Amino acid sequence: METLTYRFAGAQRLPTFAPVLVGVVASGNLEVLLEPAASADCSFHIETSARGFGTIWEAVLRDFHERHGFQGARVSINDMGATPAVVSLRLDQAAAGLKKALP
Amino acid sequence: MSLSFAECSARERIALLFDEGSFHEWLPPSERVTSPHLAQLGLPAAFDDGVAIGRARLDGHGVFVAAQEGAFMGGGVGEVHGAKLVGLLRRALRDRPRAVLLLAESGGVRLHEANAGLIGVSEVMRAVLDVRAAGIPVVVLIGGANGCFGGMGIVARCADRVVMSDIARLAMSGPEVIEASHGVEEFDSRDRALVWRTTGGKHRYLSGDCDALVEDDVAAFRTAAIAALNGSRPLTLAALEREHAGLTQRLHDVADDEDAVLLWQRLGVREAAQVPDMDVETLRSHRPARGTQLAG
Repeated sequence: METLTYRFAGAQRLPTFAPVLVGVVASGNLEVLLEPAASADCSFHIETSARGFGTIWEAVLRDFHERHGFQGARVSINDMGATPAVVSLRLDQAAAGLKKALP
Repeated sequence: MSLSFAECSARERIALLFDEGSFHEWLPPSERVTSPHLAQLGLPAAFDDGVAIGRARLDGHGVFVAAQEGAFMGGGVGEVHGAKLVGLLRRALRDRPRAVLLLAESGGVRLHEANAGLIGVSEVMRAVLDVRAAGIPVVVLIGGANGCFGGMGIVARCADRVVMSDIARLAMSGPEVIEASHGVEEFDSRDRALVWRTTGGKHRYLSGDCDALVEDDVAAFRTAAIAALNGSRPLTLAALEREHAGLTQRLHDVADDEDAVLLWQRLGVREAAQVPDMDVETLRSHRPARGTQLAG
């Protein structure tokens, strides 16, 4: 297991919203929990079964953040060896779920 | 349009089966009540430990619901997972919902959590019987690709009503477990037709182990779940003895090495050899009287 954390400064301030959960923890898959946070940035917390992929995680998360730029959000991930493409899709699925959850 | 129950996740099943937007979850993922054991084994946890519990409305009636996520560790019952199920059932004793519905998809005890999982499953069984004894029906819906095996198979048969699709499976030991312990001559786990003849929804329906057989369709499960709301069965010594007598009779009906087709014939199923090819509607009209006797 490896724990990774990243923070990116965001531009799009999010109002409070009901937490969004997408995906499942299964082989080659992951779950993403998107929650509101009091902070002025977007934080990512990853628990992954695959060690040594920190630089790839950072690239994928930075990509996601450049697309959405959330501010005041906390993203928590439980990962069981998902590929970068699957991670990207799940993150965008969470962002799409957020649009529905917003008042 | 038909929507496959088997292909839905646990949360999608809840969202689609119950009245729209009526689900209120207890211990949601954001509470992070996760397994205390998996991290020690180098395995990632799930925020809900593989089961969602809460209250919802079904055709306007207030019900309690639990849905197991088969994709997470095969729906295995770990310590937290089991405690969530027990907590839901005990709360039902206090709040008296119209029914408790368990959307089961599980290989049974999560072996990584060994004794904690075993104790969890036995507590679930006791809690199911307590809820039934209080006159609140417990309904188990089985339609996931992982089936319902091990301790959860026993839990299912402790319930008032069992609803299955034809692609669902219900048993104690799973095919691979039987093959590993008794050899491939005893049971070839890769023989899918054999596996479904022995554990599948059609077989369970014909022999009376499940009450309703439906298509692999969310709307069909919803209709069957609504019908089961009035499905409370007496939990009495007389009822248990009747069931035991029926099971003893079934044991006499079939020798150790015989195929399910022979059992169907002896139960009085017409065209028993054609059962695997029948669609659900046709099969329903082939259910023998003795199958319904065991179901009660």
